[in-house]
Amino acid sequence: MGEEKPRRYHGPVWSEPLITELTSTGERGIMTPEVDEEIKSMGDISSLVPASAIRKRAPGLPELSQAQVLRHYLRLSQMVLGMELDIDLGVGTCTMKYSPKVNERLVAMIGDVHPLQDEATMQGLLEMVYKFGHVFLAEISGMDAFSFQPPGGSAAAYNNAAIMRKYHEVNGELEQRNEIITTIFSHPCDAACPATAGFNLVTIYPDPETGLPDTEALKAAVSERTAGMFITNPEDTGIFNPEIDEWTKMVHEVGGLCSYDQANANAIMGVTRAREAGFDMCFFNLHKTFSSPHGSSGPGCGGVGVVEELAEFLPVPVVVHRDGKYHLDYDRPNSIGRVRDFMGNVQVVLRSYAWSMAMGARGLREAAEVSMINNQYLEKKLLEVRGVTKPYSTEGRVDQIRWSLERMKEETGVGVSDLNRRVIDYGIQSFFTSHHPWIVPEPFTPEPCETYSKADIDYWVSVVQRVSDEAYSEPEKVMGAPHNVAIHKIKSTPFDDPDRWATTWRAYLRKRGKR
Amino acid sequence: MKKPYVHPYIPNSVPAVKEEMLRVVGARDADELYSRMIPERLLLKRPMDLPEPLPSELDLRRHVEGLLNGDGDCSDYLSFLGGGCWNHYVPEVCDVIASRSEFLTAYAGGVYSDLGRFQAIYEFQSLIGELVDMDFSCIPTYDWGAAAGNAVRMASRVTGRKEILVPRTISPARLSIMSNFCDSAHKPDSIKIKSVDYDPETGALDIGDLEDKISERTAGVYFENPTYLGVIEPRCEEISSIAHEHGALSVAGVDPISLGVLSPPGEYDADISCGEVQPLGIHMLAGGGSCGFLASKDEERLAAEYPARMLSITDTEVEGEYGFGQVRYERTSYMARESAKDWVGTTTGLWAIVAAVYMSLMGPEGMRELGEGVLQRAHYAAKILDEIEGVAVPFRGFFKEFPVNFDATGAKVSDVNRGLLERRVFGGKDISIEFPELGQSGLYCFTEKHTKADLTRLADALREVF
Repeated sequence: MGEEKPRRYHGPVWSEPLITELTSTGERGIMTPEVDEEIKSMGDISSLVPASAIRKRAPGLPELSQAQVLRHYLRLSQMVLGMELDIDLGVGTCTMKYSPKVNERLVAMIGDVHPLQDEATMQGLLEMVYKFGHVFLAEISGMDAFSFQPPGGSAAAYNNAAIMRKYHEVNGELEQRNEIITTIFSHPCDAACPATAGFNLVTIYPDPETGLPDTEALKAAVSERTAGMFITNPEDTGIFNPEIDEWTKMVHEVGGLCSYDQANANAIMGVTRAREAGFDMCFFNLHKTFSSPHGSSGPGCGGVGVVEELAEFLPVPVVVHRDGKYHLDYDRPNSIGRVRDFMGNVQVVLRSYAWSMAMGARGLREAAEVSMINNQYLEKKLLEVRGVTKPYSTEGRVDQIRWSLERMKEETGVGVSDLNRRVIDYGIQSFFTSHHPWIVPEPFTPEPCETYSKADIDYWVSVVQRVSDEAYSEPEKVMGAPHNVAIHKIKSTPFDDPDRWATTWRAYLRKRGKR
Repeated sequence: MKKPYVHPYIPNSVPAVKEEMLRVVGARDADELYSRMIPERLLLKRPMDLPEPLPSELDLRRHVEGLLNGDGDCSDYLSFLGGGCWNHYVPEVCDVIASRSEFLTAYAGGVYSDLGRFQAIYEFQSLIGELVDMDFSCIPTYDWGAAAGNAVRMASRVTGRKEILVPRTISPARLSIMSNFCDSAHKPDSIKIKSVDYDPETGALDIGDLEDKISERTAGVYFENPTYLGVIEPRCEEISSIAHEHGALSVAGVDPISLGVLSPPGEYDADISCGEVQPLGIHMLAGGGSCGFLASKDEERLAAEYPARMLSITDTEVEGEYGFGQVRYERTSYMARESAKDWVGTTTGLWAIVAAVYMSLMGPEGMRELGEGVLQRAHYAAKILDEIEGVAVPFRGFFKEFPVNFDATGAKVSDVNRGLLERRVFGGKDISIEFPELGQSGLYCFTEKHTKADLTRLADALREVF
């Protein structure tokens, strides 16, 4: 069935200049609509805008005809290994699942909807938003009230930090409760967002042997200062905290709240829920688990669920169902206010609704089970690859595993950054390594979600196997990679030097003395 | 015989394949594996209770289209809604690029596999830099409100001060987002937001009030051009110098579609600029098209305080090749967790790419032409609306939006909008609660999409409503 050997691959090489370098003075990419003569007679810019407010120098935008613009961006697109082109299971914690193409057609139907339209003209859209929360996420999480205002996972973590802040403020305990507890294998936003919201962070490290979250350390961490806990489960190691309900209980006992980062929820849908684990809030990354395309990093959505007691704090507007109609409710005195303008990334919710409708209870559970089985299967195969090790003694890993190439690095000098450049020579996207700090040395974190077939997994492992063979026979080849893609290894790294970094082309020209 | 369960989105749902994989991993079924990882007491022991699924693509389409077909949009209604999401024309090429599998489904790959994504987003940074006339920019954020929230927090860190001045005319939604960024659980660390009045005659910032309120405590003066109420701010340079005289940063929020004709933040010495990218070729998507940008002077003290990822261009081992990488990556929460400059995450990458395409198609002349056409339409609209008995346009120095006041007609905006809706027109946003001092006013928006016939139709519909 599967292919046993890596295929020959070469990525497109267009050597495409920056768009601004392609400028040909006077060319036009598109014409603007004609202005009626009577409207034109209102006057030109100089008569309609005060002199002080008129632009003095025209912007240095490119001047190109339409075909040339299209060609440029098509060429750039070809030099991107999107999920739909490769076996993208290496990018763990990101759940690179297939986003059904039909959903793009459905999203196009709301392209011309303005968010401030009369509610009566958006009943169908609002119904889907409402039902995705109150029907689907309610059952999947066990939570009571929902918001899709946060436009990404980290934004949802910040949203939940703001809810926690408001909750303790309303209860008059904010001054006392200034600590948030997280674990080092929870996502960085679980630390950074509460910190930005003004809390102090207490980070718990796992048991160094087992990798299990350290319950004793939590016991020592909770106190009357605890505002709450922000935690990912399963953690990025793939380890599910078997005492998670004990953890939430301990935090509740001292008066804190518990927020559940469910970015890693794909393999536990319909298996275990936030409610039974004792959480007060959770969020799902709809662009991961619920199949909205990742869009070169957004737009996404952090779908937030909370228990009834916290519903009053949700950001506005909240979609409600009253008198047989759907409404946007702004009249919520204890709301944290706005976290995103309008209704958030509602197209992401639409896709999630459509995907969930295509799956149903059985399909969602099947997606979870297959993702989990895929991970067990990948584990068996990867354990056979020389130089690859599975840190921590805990056997069972749910959706992914944080692997290590430490042994390969010691034995050959080839580390994960080398491997990551080399696998793309075989048409495989570079892996997700790990967030920082790298507790696991030379880490990488594949996540073989339900999209990937057994043959896909076999092929993917065959590439890792090939690179491992290369590392042990001709390491310089791996270290010099990539060889078969659009560019070569980046030589200089001026990225920390103010005199050399250039985040715009105009800065680049200035700093290189070209302008 | 029972048909086996196979789902088109799950290849390994095929029973024989699944069995083979379970054999390899040494388990009878998924439940057995889960029971090795998750304690019994936490397992959901019943099937989820959810609606009957629609695994057939056509059935699903019928269902969702059935729900959406009853809705309206700005194609079948004549719309004058704006207020932060605007009905500009989206060129076909923007849609073609936005729907490319490579861009649509990429995510976190590195520069070697995803060079084109890095370059396209770098071009976005570069072209935004051209529009705002500034040398430094970053990957975009969620919306204008988030960009403004980032900007004022940056100003606070750069200056070590805890007070921000904002115009009274700021969009209330944007202000609420900003407040959420500025609040702190440790109250003394909260950034206080103070409001600066506007001139009731012109709608522009009240410079006298700014001078009264600014002090050595002010971290930044945030102002908008055009304002939420549509007014072109005529004294931006003065606002920047007042900020600088007090050691504060000048932070300008702008609508980039105006920058073919209006003076950009770089020309009036703003330190940081931010704004909404949606007008640059992105569909409204019921608000899902929002995308915020941030740019600034190319100064280390500013660069060091950005929360976002920032791409820089560089060279590779081969002469003439461009590579891209992250500037000062250790600032970000991906590296520094709670010690980071605020937080980063998945934002609006696809919209950055689309906006780059838009700016490339438009070029300097397209942006100028479009800006001029919008100005002319808005001014023409103001003229014909003003002629309607009881209707008034209080502010004159606008770009594409302005409040339309109905006080003298005795009608409420909500009633006017209901009447317009019956005539298949979306009237301007009701701002009577946000700005009670403006009476019964709607915020009307005019773009290049409006023809003379559309504007006449609006005026006629209003006459009918009264």
